[in-house]
Amino acid sequence: MVKVTYRQPDGSEQTLEGKPGDSVMQLAIGAGVPGIVAECGGSMACATCHVYVDDAWTGKTDTRSESEEDMLDCAMAEMKDSSRLSCQLRLTEALDGLVVHIPEEQF
Amino acid sequence: MTGKETTMTLIEGHAPLTPDASIPVLDVDPYDETVLADPFSWYAALREAGPVAFIPRYNVLAVGRYEETRQTFSDHENFVSSRGIGFNDFKLEKPWRPPSIILEADPPDHTKTRRVMSKALSPKVVRTLMDDFRAAAEEVVDALLERSEVEGVVEIAEAFPTRVFPRAVGMRDVNPRHLVDYGAIVFNAVGPDNALRRAAMARAPEVAAWINAACARDRLTDDGLGALVYGAADEGEITPDEAAMLVRSFLSAGVDTTVTGIGNALWCFSQNPDQWEALKADPSLARPAFEEVLRITSPVHTFLRTANLDTEIAGHPVPESAKVLCVLGAANMDPEKWGDPEAFRIDRRPVGHMAFGAGIHGCVGQNIARGELEALLSVMAEKVDRIEPAGPARWRPNNAIRALDRLPLKLIPN
Ligand code: FES
Repeated sequence: MVKVTYRQPDGSEQTLEGKPGDSVMQLAIGAGVPGIVAECGGSMACATCHVYVDDAWTGKTDTRSESEEDMLDCAMAEMKDSSRLSCQLRLTEALDGLVVHIPEEQF
Repeated sequence: MTGKETTMTLIEGHAPLTPDASIPVLDVDPYDETVLADPFSWYAALREAGPVAFIPRYNVLAVGRYEETRQTFSDHENFVSSRGIGFNDFKLEKPWRPPSIILEADPPDHTKTRRVMSKALSPKVVRTLMDDFRAAAEEVVDALLERSEVEGVVEIAEAFPTRVFPRAVGMRDVNPRHLVDYGAIVFNAVGPDNALRRAAMARAPEVAAWINAACARDRLTDDGLGALVYGAADEGEITPDEAAMLVRSFLSAGVDTTVTGIGNALWCFSQNPDQWEALKADPSLARPAFEEVLRITSPVHTFLRTANLDTEIAGHPVPESAKVLCVLGAANMDPEKWGDPEAFRIDRRPVGHMAFGAGIHGCVGQNIARGELEALLSVMAEKVDRIEPAGPARWRPNNAIRALDRLPLKLIPN
């Protein structure tokens, strides 16, 4: 199992355990993590699953595709180098302990 | 036409298909008008038949279980859109209008046009439209609250999007009837050669001519969604002709579908007063409520894909050029996925429903549709105490859309 911590803008956090292959979005939706809205269900059409990957994990996740970057550019909260669509970020054993930050607003 | 094409006798505009013997045969007519009006037993029969079934009436395959529908619909490499998302195989027969360069296209062409449209319809852009959506929702709703009875389809479902959407696009020409009907024509056209399609084709020349003229750059303001798309042409991302085609896509896919979504939402609430109470108690449920409306009513009930090479569905072989009905409405009612699909629960949060499709062809306008519905439902939740039926609702059969024709309602103000 892979542990992921979701940190809210107010500093509160929630740690969940998921299977490799699941997306960071799916894991959050299953547990009802606030702020991961994921209205399009993972089609890269809504940008409401936007997260910032914690600095400690920079370079450990896979890279963003061009279409993911296009969609992130459309998100409500500012796109940063650490921005990911959580529906495109898949759990792997190497990501055990991943920390992601949830932006203030998603739509 | 090449020699090969002229010698082949097409069935419903596509190549004849001999299904693999392992695929169950389902002898139904999903396009019978009584089935279109009440499709739930067809949906159930399709799911029960197997992961994929053969429909002899139209010589096509069909999927309706959640997993296979999602899989097939979003597998754009094996199941393409460029050969038409209806019965006609564009490789074998000329389509009735120049194909859409987003809906009826594959990567890499699709990637380019999709990017332009996602930017024009992004959450950020929709945010700038919300004040207008709310103001318009108040005008529409206030005018109706003084009346004892309203016709929900015309007076709310059609009235609201035809007021806000052309303004958002920046259209100078507005003909609400043509705007609503154009979508209905395009969606009937993806069906088989039945009475609905023939009636749509008979009206198409007049309506399509008006639409094409209204999409020209000089018929648009310079501050709307249309201008954003023409701006992409100035930047060299697409050609001016492509820009005009994409503006046309706003109108085919953005009006009738939203009209349908609103009508279906009002119908759901008129049938489920406890859920209206729940929305009034917590108006922040307006967005998730719309998702549940979409799941349970599936405004776009069926689109097709074409196998572009020999492939398979759930282990059953599927030959190149097979047409596959992806019955989104059936997937949205699959008990395996949803547990209690028949229950309309606005707090369900049905992430992954298929009403906007999935994958690279997932509806690019879904953010604006959500914005419109959020505005309208939250304004209504503030002002309307109860929504009650004032007579029987009637559905309007369409080959791809499940929309209401009539919805008499009583709106009881707060
Ligand atoms: S869930 Fe919509 S973009 Fe990720």
